[in-house]
Amino acid sequence: MSTAVESKTREGGFSLKEWIFTTDHKRIGILYLIGSYAAFAVAGIMAMLMRTELSSIGPTITENPNTYNVWLYFHGAAMILGYQIPALTGFFANYYVPLMIGAKDVAFPRLNALSVWLFWMGIVLALLTFVVPDPPDIMWTGYPPYSVITQGNTALYTFTVLLIGFSSIAGGVNFLTTIIYMRAPGMTWGKLNMFIWCILTAFIIQIIFVPVLGTAVTMISFDKYLGTTFFNASMGGTAVLYENLFWFYSHPAVYVILLPAMGIIYEIVATFARNNIFNYRGILYGGIWGVVALGGIVWAHHLYVAGIPDWMSLIHVFLTLLISVPVGLLMIGIVGTLYKGAIEYRTPMLYAVGFVFLFLIGGLTGIPNAMSSIYIHITETYWIPGHFHYVMALSVTFAIIGGTYYIFPKMTGRMYHEGLGKLGFILLFVGANITFFLTMVLGVRGMPRRYYDYPQFPEFEGIQQLITYGSYVILAGSVVILASWVYGLVRGEKAVANPWGSRSLEWTHTPSPPPPGNFKEVPQLSEDWSPYGYGNGKREEEKGEDLEPARP
Amino acid sequence: MRTFFKTHAIIFLLALILPVSSHASTDKGVPDLVVEWDTLWHHMMIDITVIGMIFAIVTLYLMFKYRRRTPDEEGGRFRLSTLGVMGWTLIPAFIFLADDIFLAAKNFEVWQKYRNVPENAYVVEVEAYMWGWDVKYPEEEIVLTNEMVVPQDRPVMVRLKSRDVVHSFFAPELRVKWDAVPGMVTYLWFNTHKGGEYLFTCTEYCGLLHSGMYGKIRIVPPQEFTRWIEDHREKGGKI
Repeated sequence: MSTAVESKTREGGFSLKEWIFTTDHKRIGILYLIGSYAAFAVAGIMAMLMRTELSSIGPTITENPNTYNVWLYFHGAAMILGYQIPALTGFFANYYVPLMIGAKDVAFPRLNALSVWLFWMGIVLALLTFVVPDPPDIMWTGYPPYSVITQGNTALYTFTVLLIGFSSIAGGVNFLTTIIYMRAPGMTWGKLNMFIWCILTAFIIQIIFVPVLGTAVTMISFDKYLGTTFFNASMGGTAVLYENLFWFYSHPAVYVILLPAMGIIYEIVATFARNNIFNYRGILYGGIWGVVALGGIVWAHHLYVAGIPDWMSLIHVFLTLLISVPVGLLMIGIVGTLYKGAIEYRTPMLYAVGFVFLFLIGGLTGIPNAMSSIYIHITETYWIPGHFHYVMALSVTFAIIGGTYYIFPKMTGRMYHEGLGKLGFILLFVGANITFFLTMVLGVRGMPRRYYDYPQFPEFEGIQQLITYGSYVILAGSVVILASWVYGLVRGEKAVANPWGSRSLEWTHTPSPPPPGNFKEVPQLSEDWSPYGYGNGKREEEKGEDLEPARP
Repeated sequence: MRTFFKTHAIIFLLALILPVSSHASTDKGVPDLVVEWDTLWHHMMIDITVIGMIFAIVTLYLMFKYRRRTPDEEGGRFRLSTLGVMGWTLIPAFIFLADDIFLAAKNFEVWQKYRNVPENAYVVEVEAYMWGWDVKYPEEEIVLTNEMVVPQDRPVMVRLKSRDVVHSFFAPELRVKWDAVPGMVTYLWFNTHKGGEYLFTCTEYCGLLHSGMYGKIRIVPPQEFTRWIEDHREKGGKI
């Protein structure tokens, strides 16, 4: 049925109804793309407002600290739940996975549609923050008892998390099944794209841990609206329970975000260096599975000063430091892939290189956070936002934007504007480093985070102002990036099937954009095929013209 | 790889030679938390800076060396042998592991000092609430708001409580912080061998006036402190 609908649409032009009810993984991917970038844009506007507010001591653009707190709540919740997780496990998973493994679609297309609907409902619910009279002001962490006693609408937070959580679990079931059962004949486990491994493991983590977050946020709404006392100290509950439950999910969530981002970077680096992955097996078993193994047992490093026993802190110090082993292997893999390659610096590759440097700073500044003694001084200061913006907001956004540039010709059938793309990269890279490096500097000097105002720290006003200017550079960069895409969509030159000269299935076996059903016939992969099979002199044999879509 | 290992070895050696500063203490044998923290921070910074620089330099070198010179150029001729895979997995893993153990050990040393309150500590109780701090002196009937007065040259232990939501007591210049959790009594301690005024402020989000929830710690000479206490006794503890 769906195929009939698709082909009719392609002939008849745009139809909103058919986009909403689509079960085509590429269209669902694009719906995720639009939703997650929209969440990113609104969260970004919140960030600009907050930075402007902080540029001077005292009220700058709002007199009401509560307004600022709502901005901050929305920024955090939207960036993680609305932008990063859906962009990576929604958009990239949907668009790349079936194409990379040579499948016609995902295993359960209708479940996939349900998943994107739930996500959009979650986004709409999150946006209601700006409509309801008492918006949530509980930060994305939602710590009780504050989230229980506040005037703000905690239920909105709970239901947003639940909807996006359900969406994510549906996606997880779908993609695990797809990857396990729908690979093209000849694609053995040892020949999977790095991205496929990363998304597979990310979904494993997601499926295990999301229910814990769902439980935790449901419990705060029970406490608030139904009178239970899970976190009410006077009735025998404790806030530390919530903090444990929350971070038991939300730390692994970092790896749900990091792994697919790394996967995208691996694809980009391999393609633009025209090189096979350096130490594929070592990265896979040591790096990726190492992160999965450790990801769930390090959460207490968020709680060193929260009132947990000392022995628990000390165990988690060591376990958290151990994360440096798999993550270090993953980084060596990216840098090693450059070795004896032939690197071309197109826009996606610039983002991949940017990722390496940003992640280097972000990853290494995570080490002091693992050390409980150092943590005492720097936790809940600007150091923490500085650090996690490097790791998550910057590195991962560079992977998402770089990945979007990389997939742009395949997705739209047109090329983006290369000059604007490079300019956008430079602005973003410079702005991001000014903003977040200074944020870390201020943190070590003692500036606490989540502050609407800072009359007790008059000496920080100068640096705060610089940080604000840095954030404006980021804004400028974002506008240029958007312009390069809009230009590409409207006036970009036509893209060929494989503009990058990649060896991966989504480029070699299907035209740009891929038709419904993706491949004319099921790709048959030979013994010596590999998504990274460069340097074997087969470049000339690549199919070109016959991949162009047949015009009706 | 070899340079990587060498530099790490150098850090290890430096750490062996330089433990003196991490045992810095005041006259009475009480560790100085500010010095302890700053030293640990400094060592950790050297460690991560060296790793970062090596990574960055190698990356920049490879980026430049293997840039594409002709449009048809391809890499992909280099493949690791099984031994190479083992080496490139296990050797970095052990280097990182060694560094982790080193950092964890360093951390443990300082952590012990943070969590073991010196015996002669002066005890103050702080109760946090939305949005302020009550500072109580258990032996006296004194309650101050957003102000703490403590004697110089005697470590101070703060017992933390919270009346409503989770707060956190943070004194940046003294390098101490701990959460005040409803239903729990947590603690921290700090040195007072330098007199003067220090800021303490809330670092766990607690709503509307979270950023306005701060106060002053005044560290005064012991005689002045005794006089201050006696003054308050005469006034009946109220201010």
